[in-house]
Amino acid sequence: MSKMTGAQILIDCLLREGVEVVFGYPGGAVLPLYDALYDAPVRHVLARHEQGAAHMADGYARATGKVGVCIGTSGPGATNLVTGIANAHMDSIPIVALTGQVPTFGIGKDSFQEADIFGITLPIVKHNYLAKDGRDLPRVIHEAFHIASTGRPGPVAVDLPRDVTALPVEYEPVTGPVEIRSYRPTTQGHPLQIARGAQLIAASSRPILYVGGGAIHAGCHQEVRQLAEKLGIPVTTTIMGKGAFPETHPLSVGMLGMHGTAYANHAVHHCDLLIAIGARFDDRVTGKIETFAPEAKIIHIDIDPAEIGKAKAPDVPIVGDAGNVLRALLGRVEAKGHPEWLHQVRRWKEEFPLQYREDGHLKPQYVIQQIREVTGGRAVVATDVGQHQMWAAQFYLCDRPRQFLTSGGLGTMGFGLPCAIGAQFGRPGETVVAIVGDGGLQMTVQELMVAVAHRLPVKICLLNNAYLGMVRQWQQMFWDNRLSSVDMQAQPDFVKLAEAYGAVGRVVEGPREVRPALEWAMTISDGPCLLDFRVAREENVFPMIPSMGSIDQMLVD
Amino acid sequence: MKHTLSVLVENRFGVLARVAGLFARRGYNIETLAVAPTEDATISRMTIVVAGDDADLEQITKQLNKLVDVIKINDYTDVAVVERELALIKITAEPGVRGEIMQIADVFRASVVDVGERSFVLEVTGKVDKIDALTRLLEPYGIREVVRTGKIVLTRGLQPA
Repeated sequence: MSKMTGAQILIDCLLREGVEVVFGYPGGAVLPLYDALYDAPVRHVLARHEQGAAHMADGYARATGKVGVCIGTSGPGATNLVTGIANAHMDSIPIVALTGQVPTFGIGKDSFQEADIFGITLPIVKHNYLAKDGRDLPRVIHEAFHIASTGRPGPVAVDLPRDVTALPVEYEPVTGPVEIRSYRPTTQGHPLQIARGAQLIAASSRPILYVGGGAIHAGCHQEVRQLAEKLGIPVTTTIMGKGAFPETHPLSVGMLGMHGTAYANHAVHHCDLLIAIGARFDDRVTGKIETFAPEAKIIHIDIDPAEIGKAKAPDVPIVGDAGNVLRALLGRVEAKGHPEWLHQVRRWKEEFPLQYREDGHLKPQYVIQQIREVTGGRAVVATDVGQHQMWAAQFYLCDRPRQFLTSGGLGTMGFGLPCAIGAQFGRPGETVVAIVGDGGLQMTVQELMVAVAHRLPVKICLLNNAYLGMVRQWQQMFWDNRLSSVDMQAQPDFVKLAEAYGAVGRVVEGPREVRPALEWAMTISDGPCLLDFRVAREENVFPMIPSMGSIDQMLVD
Repeated sequence: MKHTLSVLVENRFGVLARVAGLFARRGYNIETLAVAPTEDATISRMTIVVAGDDADLEQITKQLNKLVDVIKINDYTDVAVVERELALIKITAEPGVRGEIMQIADVFRASVVDVGERSFVLEVTGKVDKIDALTRLLEPYGIREVVRTGKIVLTRGLQPA
């Protein structure tokens, strides 16, 4: 055993967990940690705001499936991470957030830059720690990575008092399997429930797969496809599940829910068996829960037992890793087809296609379609939150998991750009596109500096309508068109702003300019570029089922 | 309906905040809560009385189970258990009524643990109903303060915990 400072131990622990890059921002309480980072073989990315660091860690985790790591100092540094931690929590993203804390002897005394981040983060983490002794660090860090990445993934926060990281203590690495008596996620589905599920499938004539983000986390996209093809079942995905089944596949009906395709919602409404895989019956998906899939028996597969029956009671609950469960299920079902049902679904597709009016103006949906064409449908797409997010979900069809990165649960404006940056760090050779709005971009635009400093070729596609468009849409439709505080015409010159950061950009004003601008953007490989698409200002997202509504209230335009 | 949950948790910093916070943010009221270490010093037992229907209880139990520091949860609502609560009751005890009060206390096997010039403190242990009944009977004499521990329970015999 050797003596090392807590900070040095921490760095060694991170290396043992396979951490290659961390996103953070230094400050007084994390000085020992940053001193240890100075000559450590871990890449540190200096964000321009801690929220950016948290979203970068989150984007990195979404894009790679690995655990993302972010760092903030005590007090304001830690509280600035909070939005990012909550965001990761709602979407079950594995991140470890390391926060500095005032020295142990100063805790609870309202010391300078003290905040009770342990208490503050309690409701928005999977688990958290306050490390009071450097000798606990090896166990705490090993557990933190284990808890973040296993079972239903999620954020783990570790609060690090300054004396704990500064003082030398004996160091004995903790490696190998983690044993926590109170934490043992169920990974294998119960054979009896799987058998009952197989019976329901065999008895059904109008089944549908409803696939959520859990399928992405479980990495079971191949099993989803095998099940769909073996049984001839249409597949709808949630926004978090995009890419868990190829959206260009004939069995895909795209996204369901409030802004889902009409045919996905019709199919769910009329199905007689709903097979939910890693999806949680969120209100944006179900609308009024009583009228959601009213004729259906439900099989609910989820690794989190608390999701079973939380919103809607299933007929067959199956707790376990979705991949394991689907493999077991595949072994118990006979191949069959549902030609009549698929014919009906095809008719809905023809009758209610996703569409928008092409009237010579620059339509945001058209921009998304063009982004998809120019990137061959293979870009990693990070979005912000709002109308552009819904258009991206509708029109950027994804065929691969970990391709569509979006703030689904918390709906965090400002997520898009730092998420794209984190994703580009995780997948350096790939095209990463940030599709953002003018509202959200302005919330975290300072992170553009990070993309420039690290020469990240992120393509920032700004759908600029000079409105907080989604809020404007609701005010127009449900609040008597009283447009309260949504006009954003007082805005910066975004191209000049990009240039001020050392990036390049162009304004795009008409449909004909879209393609050349995107092709130009694709040629820029040594840094970010920004395309400022001046889209039709008052375009609305359709279809739309009003909040807590039913399919019979669906508005198509 | 009231349910009695016996929750075994890691005896660690912050665990009470985790459990209490979970009830608060999911919108469930804790009626009583008693916490102390068990025969194993690394484990504490929380006995929680909470009102809710079966679906509420299922969700509460599942959410509690998700807390990493929660080891085991038992719903002792329909299980054979020994149930106890302890209360200290301070009442006005003028010289003329002291005898009456002590007679009532005797019936309930309560003991007088403090005698003041014009007051008694009674200690009583028993099922929640018994304490409620004693409190009701003492009300006419003037109850000044009551402190109750909240219910604790233990299964009867050697049935598995």
